[in-house]
Amino acid sequence: MTVLAVTEQRRGELRDPSFELITAGRQLADDLDSELHLAVIGGDVDGYADQLNREGVDAIHTVADGEEFNHDIYTQAVTAMADAHEPDAVLMANTVNGLDFAPAVAGQLDVPLVTDAVDFDASGTPEITREQYGGKVETTVDIEADQFALTIRPAEWAKAEGTGDADIAAFDFDLDESAVRSTVTGFEEVGSGDVDISEADILVSVGRGIEEEDNLPLVEELADALGATLSSSRPIVDNGWLPKNRQVGQSGKVVTPDVYIAIGISGAVQHVAGMKGSDTIVAINTDPNAPIMDIADYAIVDDLFDVVPELIEEFGGEAS
Amino acid sequence: MKVLVTVKEVAEVDDEFAIDGLDVDESYLEYDLNEWDDYAVEEAVQLSEANDDVEVVTVTVGPERADETIRMALAKGADRALRVWDDAIAGAEFLDPGTKAQLLEAVVEEEEPDLVLTGVQSGDDAFGATGVALAERVGFEWAAVVNDLEHDVEANDSSVRRELEGGVEELTDVEGPAVLTIQTGINEPRYASLRGIRQAQRKPLDVQTLDDLGLEESVLETQVELTSMYEPESESDAVIWEGAADETAGELASFLRDSGVVEG
Ligand SMILES: Cc1cc2nc3c(=O)[nH]c(=O)nc-3n(C[C@H](O)[C@H](O)[C@H](O)COP(=O)(O)OP(=O)(O)OC[C@H]3O[C@@H](n4cnc5c(N)ncnc54)[C@H](O)[C@@H]3O)c2cc1C
Ligand SMILES: Nc1ncnc2c1ncn2[C@@H]1O[C@H](COP(=O)(O)O)[C@@H](O)[C@H]1O
Repeated sequence: MTVLAVTEQRRGELRDPSFELITAGRQLADDLDSELHLAVIGGDVDGYADQLNREGVDAIHTVADGEEFNHDIYTQAVTAMADAHEPDAVLMANTVNGLDFAPAVAGQLDVPLVTDAVDFDASGTPEITREQYGGKVETTVDIEADQFALTIRPAEWAKAEGTGDADIAAFDFDLDESAVRSTVTGFEEVGSGDVDISEADILVSVGRGIEEEDNLPLVEELADALGATLSSSRPIVDNGWLPKNRQVGQSGKVVTPDVYIAIGISGAVQHVAGMKGSDTIVAINTDPNAPIMDIADYAIVDDLFDVVPELIEEFGGEAS
Repeated sequence: MKVLVTVKEVAEVDDEFAIDGLDVDESYLEYDLNEWDDYAVEEAVQLSEANDDVEVVTVTVGPERADETIRMALAKGADRALRVWDDAIAGAEFLDPGTKAQLLEAVVEEEEPDLVLTGVQSGDDAFGATGVALAERVGFEWAAVVNDLEHDVEANDSSVRRELEGGVEELTDVEGPAVLTIQTGINEPRYASLRGIRQAQRKPLDVQTLDDLGLEESVLETQVELTSMYEPESESDAVIWEGAADETAGELASFLRDSGVVEG
């Protein structure tokens, strides 16, 4: 009996979810009374395997094909490992690369897939907790299958620590090159520019609640009055209202200001990933159930178009 | 060439709501075109505008109510639409990505598109899995979380950017036929014009049943079962400032001054 957890690396480094997968994988393996095996695929697999050899890991299988992540190679390699070791569960992370290969692994193995777990209990029938409707509700789903695939939400489980004594071995695997029909040709960093929001002490951050581009001067005024830097959630950047270097979140910047004022931002998981390390979080939102309230230290449940002008006035600015 | 775009009608929950059984009570739900699919439709329509002979077909698994959303996609420039539904699907307990991929597989086999565009995720269920699951089933190549697409219509190959975490983008070449899951921000979705809305009324919208697609009801059997839905216990220990806007703004102002982050 095994749980097979598939780790992730990028450009020479293991990614954090790899270590979170060990913690979640150990939890799942304990529930299922099984061993925890790790799959390490691509790049410097021996170096990665050494770093991943943490407490709770029973075995590590390496496949050296491919320098960087490629979903065709990952899917083939994980499927082959699953055929060889018949794991009860294949555990992956709900990262961008997880989105790119987890459903294919589940399909190849013909097993059910549940994504973006925030919790689970597999001591009986595996019961997975996940969110729906933008985090406003939680659901549980039961998996009635002997084998299943599961992805976990990044940063929900702690990173595994401690040194382990897992067996590390190259997995005997022949890549079918003809089935690799996509090629990674490079990487590019985006979103740099004149302003670095990650340096700011105080951020006034605006979300879709602002409704229209014409309303943006209101939050700009506030940022000016406070001597703060303006940042935003993703839709504002998607709409082209602010440049990419202002975006906070998973695909934008990670910020850790003294004060983060979230104005009309719901607090989606991908947004929170970029700002939960702020010292103090203030939310201004009409919705008392918005997920941002879970991480806010202070909140005003009210219309931003009423509150922000008052705030500007407090600091001697003029609301336009 | 033919581009198939999967289009979901998603539900958004009102600020105040109640749960009834395994879902939010219908009266607190509002329906709309999935944000990610809006970008996928736009990308397909732009392909059809930039090249000769590109047909854009949308497919939705959903009830009659979804026709309004589908007409919206047609008004934005899709040529025709398919909606997959019947009593058996309506009665299915849980349409997980694996099940949806099987339904969509039958549509791909019928339509034989050269390119399939889906959204990265549906705003309500947020599985983020249907597109790649479909690709795997139909034997297409794929790429997930695409925020830039250059498609060579002749060769049916795509050069894409995949948006990774932390402001890093991956440049990838994908052999067609492919399924690409489209990320928001890839383009600027247009608003439906009045003319578009009028034209949409005359565009074909065909409803297909399991039977029409040559599928058995057994495709709806899933090993994943939704067992509960509830409002999560609030983890919030936020101090809520109450009162009129000038009072709450005053509280926030005092906090900012007292904590020393703001002068004045
Ligand atoms: C792969 C991937 C990566 C992503 N990366 C990021 C990322 O880096 N950063 C990011 O932000 N998102 C990211 N997202 C998108 C994310 O899932 C959400 O869609 C997004 O964060 C929502 O932005 P929002 O909170 O501004 O909008 P919404 O979720 O629409 O929230 C708007 C909020 O404003 C409130 N509001 C409305 N009117 C008013 C008013 N008058 N006064 C006060 N409040 C009001 C509403 O109650 C609501 O809570 C990503 C998604 C995916 C799938
Ligand atoms: N019921 C549906 N009908 C049509 N397309 C769908 C449906 N559900 C999901 N999709 C497509 O799959 C994408 C990912 O959805 P999901 O896997 O549910 O998060 C969506 O953006 C849609 O393009």
